[in-house]
Amino acid sequence: MPKKECVAMLLAGGQGSRLGILTKQLAKPAVPFGGKYRIIDFPLSNCNNSGIDTVGVLTQYKPLALNSYIGIGAAWDLDRKYGGVFVLPPYVREQGGEWYKGTADAIYQNMNFIDTFNPEYVLVLSGDHIYKMDYAPMINFHRQKQADATIAVIGVPWEEANRFGIMNTDADQRITEFAEKPRNPQSNLASMGIYIFNWPILKKYLLADGDNLASSHDFGKDVIPSMLHDSQRLYAYPYSGYWKDVGTIESYWEANMDLLEDHPELDIYDSKWRIYSVNPTRPPHYLGAEAKTTNSIISEGCMILGEVEHSVIFPDVYIGPGAKVKDSIIMPNVRIEANSIVNKAIIDHQAVVGENAVVEGAYTGGIQDIVLIGESVLVPSDSLVSKNRAAARQLAGQSAQKEI
Amino acid sequence: MDLMGIINLYESEELLHEITQHRPLAAVPFGGRYRLIDFALSNMVNSGITNVGILFQHKYRSLMDHLRSGKEWDLARKRDGLALLTPAHAAYPQQPLYGGDVSNFHSNLDYIRYSRQKYVVVSGSGMVCNINYKPVLQFHENTGADVTVIYTDQDCTGDYAGAVLINIDANGLVADMEVAAGSTKLSSVSLGMYIMERQLLIDLIEECMARGGYDFVKHCLIKNMERLKIFGCLHKGYVGRIYSLSSYFQRSMDLLSPAVWRELFFGPGLIYTKVKDEPPSKYMNSARVTSSLIAGGCEIEGTVENSILFRGVTVGKGVHIKNSIIMQKSVIDSGALLDQVICDKNVHITKDRQLKGDCSYPLVIKKGMVV
Repeated sequence: MPKKECVAMLLAGGQGSRLGILTKQLAKPAVPFGGKYRIIDFPLSNCNNSGIDTVGVLTQYKPLALNSYIGIGAAWDLDRKYGGVFVLPPYVREQGGEWYKGTADAIYQNMNFIDTFNPEYVLVLSGDHIYKMDYAPMINFHRQKQADATIAVIGVPWEEANRFGIMNTDADQRITEFAEKPRNPQSNLASMGIYIFNWPILKKYLLADGDNLASSHDFGKDVIPSMLHDSQRLYAYPYSGYWKDVGTIESYWEANMDLLEDHPELDIYDSKWRIYSVNPTRPPHYLGAEAKTTNSIISEGCMILGEVEHSVIFPDVYIGPGAKVKDSIIMPNVRIEANSIVNKAIIDHQAVVGENAVVEGAYTGGIQDIVLIGESVLVPSDSLVSKNRAAARQLAGQSAQKEI
Repeated sequence: MDLMGIINLYESEELLHEITQHRPLAAVPFGGRYRLIDFALSNMVNSGITNVGILFQHKYRSLMDHLRSGKEWDLARKRDGLALLTPAHAAYPQQPLYGGDVSNFHSNLDYIRYSRQKYVVVSGSGMVCNINYKPVLQFHENTGADVTVIYTDQDCTGDYAGAVLINIDANGLVADMEVAAGSTKLSSVSLGMYIMERQLLIDLIEECMARGGYDFVKHCLIKNMERLKIFGCLHKGYVGRIYSLSSYFQRSMDLLSPAVWRELFFGPGLIYTKVKDEPPSKYMNSARVTSSLIAGGCEIEGTVENSILFRGVTVGKGVHIKNSIIMQKSVIDSGALLDQVICDKNVHITKDRQLKGDCSYPLVIKKGMVV
């Protein structure tokens, strides 16, 4: 088979346990985002837009939704005769088989897949981030620097640098030191979890890492430090632009709300850099005579009869007359019945908020502010689900508090 | 499903004026994100038909771009799938031009002959409805009809121009059929959807050509009324017949009734179309949108009422759009006022323009115009 210059490996096996009930039934990369997308649409669309046509997607945790979503990759134009998208779950061999024990191990177990294409470079991506990035200039950078590995980095606020994997570099952007969550960071360049490796070198390190029983088989913790230790040429590729790890409910909610600004940093309306997704077969949404929709994004197939303010509405949502939705994320097929109130909440798909019910988060700025209503949950009519304790106490006698 | 489909695009479209200047009726944008042919095609696919031939007539560049492999309708198949059939004047350029659709069927008889299905349903593209052909085929088999015509009992008084009208007798047989011209005594409007055996269609076309006939309805069906057992099968749901500018405008506005919106787009089957990967539509702080249908990818800062916005429309601050249809990728700059206007694709209405049409004759802004 002809050679491919670059093969992308997309790590999509993460459970994303900090996303709570949103990942109860599906892997984190399959979590819906931005009124139409799933998180994995961003790296897959980036691949397509960057001219990368061969992508291995490494799945492990609750893969059904993700596998069926990816299908043959047609949505991202990755159904190709030679190359395209490949879903790569762990598998058994003659001598048993194992789950992916870490990010590096996932690639290690699929070395035969990469070898089929005999690539120069392997691009390792994660399925957890919302960003638009052209990988082609990064590959050029890697080539120009004659690097063995290149890691994309982004400047983070100094006071938060201790939460990231921080790269210390010399004047030529060569990485001198990698510090995982340093107490006293010497740089604010954080790893974005996007790596380019020369395949022959990566292969060598993966084989060594595979034999090392003490290793946790992780790129950040094991492979990169070991390459640095051997004085391999590692470079930091600076990226500026919107990039968000949506690993927690708060960051997930914020990243959705970021789209509602008048001129959001992440422009999903740019027709030159489309974010592709599996499109629902749905008509334009309908707004009723009394509808009011402001600072919101609304997807196809919805029927909106009430008010929507500063919210993200996925396809096929019904919002009844007199209902008020604010600062919330409403997933596909949710029904918000007449005269109910939803504030600062994430309502997972197919849930129903009954008539006159109140679902409200708090506005204290704390991490427990956002209310989560799980998939297919029914919030009964006239009930109250609140993060606002005073209000909840007031109605406690009516057994209205619903465990979510 | 032992049924194949043929969509016959020999249709009258002069009354749509500018809207059909550069496209056939089948490619007319409708309902915010569709083209008219999506309904005919989706109805067939939703009925389990996997072999669909499209009989082109003219101006079909935009339609080819829309259909491509047929993938969006699940018709990109190894066996059967979508067949794009060129018209007679393209297939036999040396022959004199025939006026009519029978020669289009005739020049594609090989396709019809080599198809494997026993039955065929022939339809046009100008009837907007959501229909399943399975029960109609059942009806056809039960009645032992030669031909089954689907019709509506929706009141179409005063809306007969160019329609095929029928009268049904007590036994359900079509007693009379005519192509409406002026006054008429016939009352039911045919949907232009016919089910028959594939072999009968071949025979009718060959006989018709041999005797100098050229019009499918007039010369294959009406002329053979005595000989053929033609049954009428009633379609009870919503039907929007698009044949003129005012019918296009009014049938579009019908979609603003939630009942019609729901019936047409959600059941019995879904309506498929070419996807454009548009993001969800965005409403800014100053947006005021009521009683409207909004497709994906729109960015709205102004006021919109009783209107339909197609994919990727931009509505600036202080804009007031009412009773209008704004097609794909049009841009309406701040302060503009539109009432009873149809903007075709890629129209740009500049700042503070005021345009007004009439409900019986909406103002049409041609594709790509800057006003």
